[in-house]
Amino acid sequence: MHDWGDMDVLDLARMQFGVTTVYHFLFVPVTIGLSLLVAILQTLWRATGKSTYLRATKFWGKLFLINIAMGVVTGIVQEFQFGMNWSAYSRFVGDVFGAPLAFEALVAFFLESTFIGVWIFGWDRLKPGLHLACIWLVAFGTLASAYFILAANAFMQNPVGYQLNETAGRAELTDFGAVLTNPVALAAFPHTIFASWLTAGTIVVAVSGYHFMHRRDLDVHRPAMRLGILTTLVGGLGLVLSGDSLGKVMTATQPMKMAAAEALYQTTYNAPFSVLTIGSLDGSHGTPIIEIPGLLSFLATGSFNGEVQGINDLNAQYQALYGPGEYAPYIPLTYWSFRAMIGFGMLAVAMAIIVWWCTRRGRMPQHRLFWPVAMWMAVTPFLANSAGWIFTEMGRQPWVVFSLYETSEAVSPRVGVPTVAVSFIGFTLVYLVLAVVALKLFLKYAKAGPPDEEGALATSSPSDDPDQPMAFAY
Amino acid sequence: MDLTTIWFIAIAVLFTGYFILEGFDFGVGMLLPVLGREERERRALINTIGPVWDGNEVWVITAGGAMFAAFPHWYASLFSGFYLLLFAILVGLIIRGTAFEYRGKGDTDRWRRNWDLCLIIGSTIPAFCWGVVVANLVHGVPLDANFDYTGSIWGLLNGYALLGGLTTLLLFATHGAYFLHLRTTGDLAERARALGLKLGAATAVPALAFLVWTQVAHGNWTTLVLIVLAVIALAAGLALDFTGRGGWAFAATALTIALASTALFCALWPNVLPSTSDTANSLTHENAAATHKTLGIMTWAAVIFLPLILLYQGWTYWVFRQRVIVERIPVA
Repeated sequence: MHDWGDMDVLDLARMQFGVTTVYHFLFVPVTIGLSLLVAILQTLWRATGKSTYLRATKFWGKLFLINIAMGVVTGIVQEFQFGMNWSAYSRFVGDVFGAPLAFEALVAFFLESTFIGVWIFGWDRLKPGLHLACIWLVAFGTLASAYFILAANAFMQNPVGYQLNETAGRAELTDFGAVLTNPVALAAFPHTIFASWLTAGTIVVAVSGYHFMHRRDLDVHRPAMRLGILTTLVGGLGLVLSGDSLGKVMTATQPMKMAAAEALYQTTYNAPFSVLTIGSLDGSHGTPIIEIPGLLSFLATGSFNGEVQGINDLNAQYQALYGPGEYAPYIPLTYWSFRAMIGFGMLAVAMAIIVWWCTRRGRMPQHRLFWPVAMWMAVTPFLANSAGWIFTEMGRQPWVVFSLYETSEAVSPRVGVPTVAVSFIGFTLVYLVLAVVALKLFLKYAKAGPPDEEGALATSSPSDDPDQPMAFAY
Repeated sequence: MDLTTIWFIAIAVLFTGYFILEGFDFGVGMLLPVLGREERERRALINTIGPVWDGNEVWVITAGGAMFAAFPHWYASLFSGFYLLLFAILVGLIIRGTAFEYRGKGDTDRWRRNWDLCLIIGSTIPAFCWGVVVANLVHGVPLDANFDYTGSIWGLLNGYALLGGLTTLLLFATHGAYFLHLRTTGDLAERARALGLKLGAATAVPALAFLVWTQVAHGNWTTLVLIVLAVIALAAGLALDFTGRGGWAFAATALTIALASTALFCALWPNVLPSTSDTANSLTHENAAATHKTLGIMTWAAVIFLPLILLYQGWTYWVFRQRVIVERIPVA
């Protein structure tokens, strides 16, 4: 760690990547999860004809759009910043890494962006079935989008399907199928999708909870609440299962990251998992307060007696393989972000279970703090998601592409500190202002509640009447 | 034709498609304060592109992704070299994209005025900067042996590039005016028509200067033909707008953009980013390219998905073909 005054291009570029990515990923899981829930609500309306489902569709659709706008505009920065800040990286991996990004745009992003416009404006222009298909296409697009991006990221965690061309100084694609079926991608994709469901489900519970508290429009919010709880619980259960398989893949492909997750310095059989530690921040000689025997071995290998390699041994192995250097990531960050991810995720699940229990069969919780606490729990999935990505990316350090290319080599060699500083500060300020605006709008419309039945129906059927107002306009 | 040539054409097509489609989006955004005299008119203007702007913007994301995959060196040199221009474009696109969705969701005049400002600035900056980017691309920049740009932002703001920026700025504004002439009705359409005439005439001067400069400094026989046709299309647009044929005038500026953009990429060929310091460091469609393997896979994807995309995007324009009538804008 050095002084702020000594910031070099690498530090600034890494901070910019971190800020942009974490910011972008506040909105991504909500988009993935809510697009599906809105599609389900609209399908329920078509299937049952009940106007409460239509009102819920309109209500959640609006909140979905407030969120997706942020996700879309920050996504463009994501794609451009590889070339801007990481040109050496782009030259090195472009032949392999570029293809999934291009596929994402061609297969998924066009679909998503085109049909979201049709869905927003098409209520009175399309037959109801066709209009419903639009939101399903958007939901499918977000999934496909996530898959290609995770396949690209998986190459950074566990490079496959390439060969090194020493003369050209780059990794070259040999097997695109292998890139798309990278075991890391196959494990990370369900994990990310379940996290998105957990996030969206928690938000639905929190917002519906607000209206439960005020006893308003319960005919709309009660089914939504049930859907939200179900989504959160399915997401939570899926996260445990997919997290387990992701942990095993990680142990096989990036053992250092697993060791760094527990700050395990010595290779250990029957390795415990410490829930909390006091003492030294990097866990090297701390005192675990709560420790579960054998759990780390189980997470890493599937057996409570399995061998988990320690940081020191791995460092020695890597030094023999890749030359002198430090091959462990910054341990306090990996140790605590791993715990934050699991802990905050579990809090969200616990909240959903408690809310389900207290509202079962029409019951209404009486304590005046019940709903405010439940609402505040909506921040937990966001903290868990951010911690998860910080762990994933920081745990890979010092590599940008594991075992092939170090982060310090990856930065644009000719871009100066002032340039990166301008863009880093500029983007961060824009993100901050927009975050405040987006949150305010989200809360405003979340509190306003759904449209009444008449209003919802009036703007939901095909019409060619040239005197009618448009069903929707910006 | 070898794959690097095909992908040079594909990148050119993607950027050209982007300039045609988001060109009128930018134009509408820039003309907002001029044509929208009161709130409902401004909303009518915004809603002419409301359903389609997001889909239009994906063209540049695809162009960027395809460039990354097909020509990693081109992507790396261009994006790191033209850093601050792209930063300005990105900030513009961020505030503009947010403005579409958020503008109508507030209650106060101040809220709407602020988002209007974001729409105007967020349309103007990219409209200008894309011209600067493309002009520098054709002109070339100093590159070192690793193909990295050795100059600063000031090196990118040369006379030729600024003229290119002014050209795209005015051309996109004209394109937007013709689009609004086509997509609105009554008094608003008439004002768009009248403004389109003035803008078209104003565009002719820098456009002609920029294209002649391009022809003299970087041109060949192909670019000469394309440039002459582009100028004819621009003039035809003016004449068509004058006679009240908004749709055809819009088609004419779309053609102008297509021809001019094609001429610029033809002037660039076989380079993708020429080096002005040492021509040995120039990036060409060959030394900038990805492997045959990657290009082959990308070709299959493009052959399957591009027609599909054109089909469903075209369909959305059909769905929203009705002109936007100010009186039909619902009360917020």
